[in-house]
Amino acid sequence: MSETVSDKIAAAPAIAAFARRDRLRAYEALPWLAAIAAYFLFPTYLPLGAQILATTLFALSVDLILGYAGIVTLGHAASFGVGAYTAGILAVRGWGEPVTGLLAAAIVAGLVGLLSGLLILRTRGLTLLMQTLVIAVLLYEAANKATSLTGGADGLQGMQVWPVFGIFTFDLFGATAYLYALTALFVAWLIVRRIVYSSFGRSLTGIRENMLRMQAIGAPVYVRMVVIYAVSAALAGVAGAVIAQTTQFVSLTSLGLDRSGTILVMLIIGGVGRLYGAFIGVPLYMIAQDQFSQIDPVYWFFWIGLFMVLLVSFAPGGVLGSLARLTQRWRR
Amino acid sequence: MASYLSAAIFIGFHGLAFAMVLYLISVGLSVTMGLMGFVNLAHGVFAVAGGYIMTGLMNRFGVPFPLALLVAVFTVAALSVVMERLLYRRLYGRDELDQVLMTIGLIFMSIAVAKYLFGSTPEAVHLPSWLSGHVDIGGRDFPTYRTFLIVCGMGLVIALWLTVERTRFGAQLRASVDNLRMAQSLGINTGLLFTKAFALGSGLAALGGGLGAEILAIYPGYALENLAYFLIVVAVGGMGSIRGPFVAALLIGIADVGFKYLLPETGSFIIYAMTMALLLWRPQGLFGRA
Repeated sequence: MSETVSDKIAAAPAIAAFARRDRLRAYEALPWLAAIAAYFLFPTYLPLGAQILATTLFALSVDLILGYAGIVTLGHAASFGVGAYTAGILAVRGWGEPVTGLLAAAIVAGLVGLLSGLLILRTRGLTLLMQTLVIAVLLYEAANKATSLTGGADGLQGMQVWPVFGIFTFDLFGATAYLYALTALFVAWLIVRRIVYSSFGRSLTGIRENMLRMQAIGAPVYVRMVVIYAVSAALAGVAGAVIAQTTQFVSLTSLGLDRSGTILVMLIIGGVGRLYGAFIGVPLYMIAQDQFSQIDPVYWFFWIGLFMVLLVSFAPGGVLGSLARLTQRWRR
Repeated sequence: MASYLSAAIFIGFHGLAFAMVLYLISVGLSVTMGLMGFVNLAHGVFAVAGGYIMTGLMNRFGVPFPLALLVAVFTVAALSVVMERLLYRRLYGRDELDQVLMTIGLIFMSIAVAKYLFGSTPEAVHLPSWLSGHVDIGGRDFPTYRTFLIVCGMGLVIALWLTVERTRFGAQLRASVDNLRMAQSLGINTGLLFTKAFALGSGLAALGGGLGAEILAIYPGYALENLAYFLIVVAVGGMGSIRGPFVAALLIGIADVGFKYLLPETGSFIIYAMTMALLLWRPQGLFGRA
């Protein structure tokens, strides 16, 4: 007559749902199918596609700290730029092997993220926001002035990137670049998904929702935030490195404040803290930007600015948030 | 020895002029952040708007400098009231992230509008004859305009200090920064107070933008490129403080000119590094409360 523990779990729908929450769902294949379909449908847009995929990876890394741990950052371009310069400088100085370049970028960006996280994550709110910004401008100015290493304002020129695994050369049409970026994004997505659904990821959400209570129940809040900050920095570094390797160029804008700002904008358009916001917001933003910029790049800034103001005022949560609200209303 | 003295006087003088501009622009930001808890990244937009209105009136319509400056200040203050009522008010008490995003949106719009109306080259500032040239102070030549800027800035700092310390408005403002709920329960109309403080801060920013057009060039990217400086002044000084940003502006203005003069190859790096160190030592800034 005795019930086993697993029987009890099976009997409780909430626990069962919780245990199954990280199972892959059918719709999760959609972004990947779309990305593969785009490869065959739009062969002339593959360089843009590679940029979109790498930027999606960058947005995903921001989502990890902003959407899950609740750290508002105005300086995530710092990690992106450190990764881009790491891969770039390696390729200029004679090591153009791309995959190890990505790993090096992840390690260096992760270390910079770890160090800066250790320093700044003791503070909260506005001060933290300021410190993320100051770190980014600090690195920007360092890269600007260290011309012998980074090329300064002219950008880093003369990258020699070798073929991937010695086989796939980066071609002019961007086919290799596209698949390379797609693979990097897929691996990063697997990692992020694993983190988000782990108990570690749950505790991050707890920290975002109520930090004091998490401290009260004994969670090592500071350590967890530093860890996720470093992981996110490493992923952002990979994103920067992918763009550096596929475009064979690194400029100061990769560390710039506008990059930190626009990545937030792209993520918010999709929806924060939903794992898929990056996959919706970044393509929407970058395709629209590509189309509008052909008409006039100045107007693009106006419309995206206006869109941001309206979005925040009237549709918080972005595309996915608004969809969720609509479906809730419909179910009622 | 004399060359050291000259260098020190050079740095002190130009640093002071830069500090005045930084202070005028940043003090309003400090109040918005401290009083309303609003991360207004778009504060520089008010400064650049002031600069554009002033130079536009002077260069296109031949309006004299003082009048153009006054018109710029009052136009921007009036515009800021409209924006506060329409946009900012909705986001009081909301997430920092929402405030950051909306104000980044405003910066983007300002860049596009400025490019559309004025083109991307910096605006020329044609000073009237009584402000160009040099003045002789104690046997040394100083640029007249920057001397004027320092004197004006000092006068404004004193006026602002008297407003905050000695008027009813200032008392209400200080009370609300200290304890917003208590101020409300004492019957202070904090909604109106916010609007007034916002208009005052924006007007001062426009004044800083206009007066400082010769130091911080007026061009479309102004609000974004100088954002770090404005925020650093507020963060170093301490949010919500009137005195804090003044000390911070002095420190940063003089240090910035000094390092760029003595160690030009490091640029702004040392300023940023010092700011970082200071924020690690005192996260709430020099005069902020923990």
